[in-house]
Amino acid sequence: MQAYDLSQTHIVTPAEEIALSTNQLQVYYGNSKHASMSDASLSFPRFQITALIGASGSGKSTYLRSLNRLNDRIARIKGEIIYRHTNINDSKVNVYEVRKHIGMVFQKPNPFAKSISENITFALKAQGITNRQELKQRVETSLKEAALWDEVKDDLNKSALALSGGQQQRLCIARAIAMKPDILLLDEPASALDPISTTKLEVTLKELAKNYTIIIVTHNMQQASRISTYTAFFHLGHVLEYDRTERIFQTPMIQATHDYVTGNFG
Amino acid sequence: MDDIQKKLMSPSKASREDITGRIISYTCIAAIIILVISILYFITSRGVATFTTNHVNLWQFLSGEEWNPGTLNDHGQPQVGALPMIVTSFSVTILAALLATPFAIAVALFMTDIAPKNGAKFLQPVIELLVGIPSVVYGFIGLTVVVPAIRHIFGGTGSGILAGTIVLFVMVLPTITSLAVDALRAVPAYFRSASLALGATRFQTIYKVLLRAAMPRLLTAVIFGMARAFGEALAVQMVIGNAVLMPHNLVTPTATLTSQLTTNIGNTIMGTLPNNALWSLALILLLMSLVFNLIIRYIGKRGEIKS
Amino acid sequence: MTPHQSDRIATQLINLLVGIVVLILLFLLGDIVLSGFPHISWHFLTSPSSSFSAGGGVRDQLFNSLYLLVLTLIISFPLALGSAIYLSEYAGDNWFTGLIRTAIEVLSSLPSVVVGLFGYLLFVIEFHMGFSILSGAIALTFFNLPLLVRSIEGSLHAVPNSQREAGSALGLSNWRTIRGIILPVALPGILTGIILSAGRVFGEAAALIYTAGQSAPLLDYSNWNPTSSSSFLNPMRPAETLAVHIWKVNTEGVTPDAVSISAGASAVLIIVILIFNFGARAIGNQMYKKMTGGK
Repeated sequence: MQAYDLSQTHIVTPAEEIALSTNQLQVYYGNSKHASMSDASLSFPRFQITALIGASGSGKSTYLRSLNRLNDRIARIKGEIIYRHTNINDSKVNVYEVRKHIGMVFQKPNPFAKSISENITFALKAQGITNRQELKQRVETSLKEAALWDEVKDDLNKSALALSGGQQQRLCIARAIAMKPDILLLDEPASALDPISTTKLEVTLKELAKNYTIIIVTHNMQQASRISTYTAFFHLGHVLEYDRTERIFQTPMIQATHDYVTGNFG
Repeated sequence: MDDIQKKLMSPSKASREDITGRIISYTCIAAIIILVISILYFITSRGVATFTTNHVNLWQFLSGEEWNPGTLNDHGQPQVGALPMIVTSFSVTILAALLATPFAIAVALFMTDIAPKNGAKFLQPVIELLVGIPSVVYGFIGLTVVVPAIRHIFGGTGSGILAGTIVLFVMVLPTITSLAVDALRAVPAYFRSASLALGATRFQTIYKVLLRAAMPRLLTAVIFGMARAFGEALAVQMVIGNAVLMPHNLVTPTATLTSQLTTNIGNTIMGTLPNNALWSLALILLLMSLVFNLIIRYIGKRGEIKS
Repeated sequence: MTPHQSDRIATQLINLLVGIVVLILLFLLGDIVLSGFPHISWHFLTSPSSSFSAGGGVRDQLFNSLYLLVLTLIISFPLALGSAIYLSEYAGDNWFTGLIRTAIEVLSSLPSVVVGLFGYLLFVIEFHMGFSILSGAIALTFFNLPLLVRSIEGSLHAVPNSQREAGSALGLSNWRTIRGIILPVALPGILTGIILSAGRVFGEAAALIYTAGQSAPLLDYSNWNPTSSSSFLNPMRPAETLAVHIWKVNTEGVTPDAVSISAGASAVLIIVILIFNFGARAIGNQMYKKMTGGK
């Protein structure tokens, strides 16, 4: 692989209202002294889709999973994650609350081995919502928002594992938004899906961006350019460029970004 | 807005739940640790009383051939020589393992490499069942079948090391076999295909490639079998004869550590020398099981298949 | 000798050894079946044992074995579950975890007679619990724990990590995730493990002869008061189990029909253990099907 100058970066701060930002975020896995992610300082605009792109091992998933502190058990994370004027990367912060506001959808669909409706109600019940009417309502709204309602409305008591991959992934999105989060993190949500399911998912995401701030990790550059407003390019554990999506894809400032988006990378 | 900030900074139902969960699971694990420590402590403290309270010489205990804790010998020392039981315990264990290993490996090879389909279908469930047969049942069959047969052929009572060995052989055979099957299945398929592709016969493949690659785990299997045989009490006690005599052949009554313990611990009074001496036998059993454990760990560490 | 000759000879040798083993197995099973089954009768299963005259049954021993098994599982399952949850969900990769695993390994490698003697020393004597079902159940718990912990941990471990992540990402506590998501998925495996361990507990004798004792006082099956000394439910009474009974009638040699009683009792033991084995498989498969929606 060609060696790029990792100190040369171009990172903008969006003019829009900021929903979440990180300041000098560093991630160290296990006891490693080597940072898997170094000094990432990014600000994510509210009610927009931001895409994180980069090759495998560039640190984009590592970064994303740190945002809702899902890496807590396996990594040490330094630096600040600012959400609602609070640094949530702090041992005093209630991590369970954080995750209620910052939801996540994973690369491989991971529905619970429960019925479709229980998949959505399980976490709600744990929160103390017991009113049946309200639970029913939430199931319906979230499934509609995730564009799954019409396909499953008659099978709500069937096992979620019997759904197709694309349906499972949209169920996972419904499960996440049923919690009424602020921010939705998506870790390559389409990588296990066929093209038709992927298109459906992208339409759903664009629709969701009206009410949620979305940060999505993707391998697929077309996907990033189709759905996102801002794009960050990750390389070897560094963020090299962050700007509006069209600028990243049309007039990138950094050589590495240019090579990556034009397919001359590596 | 501020409300959310406040929630972020304060414990919630979820954090309380997690503390509950931690307390419960930590308590359980602590109970197990305390249990193991107290087993080690109680058996050890009882077991050393023979030497500390009753001042029996350790070497005499281990090398003496007379076991008669109630009487004193010429030197005014109680007669607590555990050698006959130690020798018998080791004899039946080693003989049973020597006898069982070739059979176990043959059956395992049959199930993995020679007739994997039918062999596994028929033998696997039977072996699983045999692992589960209670040891008293083995002892009972030993008592009603093996002992009379030995009596018929060799005369005497029929009980002794031979009977013990045969019973233990049948007992550890399924244990060693099922572990050996695991060991052979753990050898990657390409070891076999590479060897066969080079023109080696099946026997050469088995002998030079398979058994060598699986050797550490096969050894572990045998040691597991030995540990089981060494600690087995009732099945052996039923066929060994229970006379603390130095074994001079395989067909006269003798006693193992376990059989002596089960036969006599209820007939002695706590705190007396005859009782303490029995606890010392239990201590030997405990130490031996630790030794077997260490050997298994040592082999396990050295012999992981690198692929 | 050419390689092909040696190959043939080796194969023949292996077949011979396997043949011998199969013969031994057939003989063993045949012996148990042929000598045991004729002795199993309604009378045998429902009458009390008699020490000095022929014709005794195993009613109380059979009940004691089952009662002891239930008590043992009641004590050991929660402990094993908690420990397994610790090991699979909370334990870090450090020396302390290594120590715990060593402790469990040591416990599992202890001869059952040593475990039984420890129970005798601590519960029967020090805690003045006497020869009792409870002492026996505790001793069997020690014997059963490592096996159960390992099998439960294995079942928990087999649940994909993505399920834990899904729970965490929704803001659920680890505990709630474990209880509500991981455990239900692991349940078929856990149940199979419990039933298999039940078979082992059911046939164990060495750990019991000095804890649950070797006498079977006459039981009153109409007395449901567990504190009454003649009640069949009283956990503080001595209780000879089926396996101990086989051992005792053979070693004491005062029962005239010891051989036929042992043969019948052995057959009963094997049948119960077989039922456990098949039950474990059937339940495991059934639950697995139900859980995955038949897919």
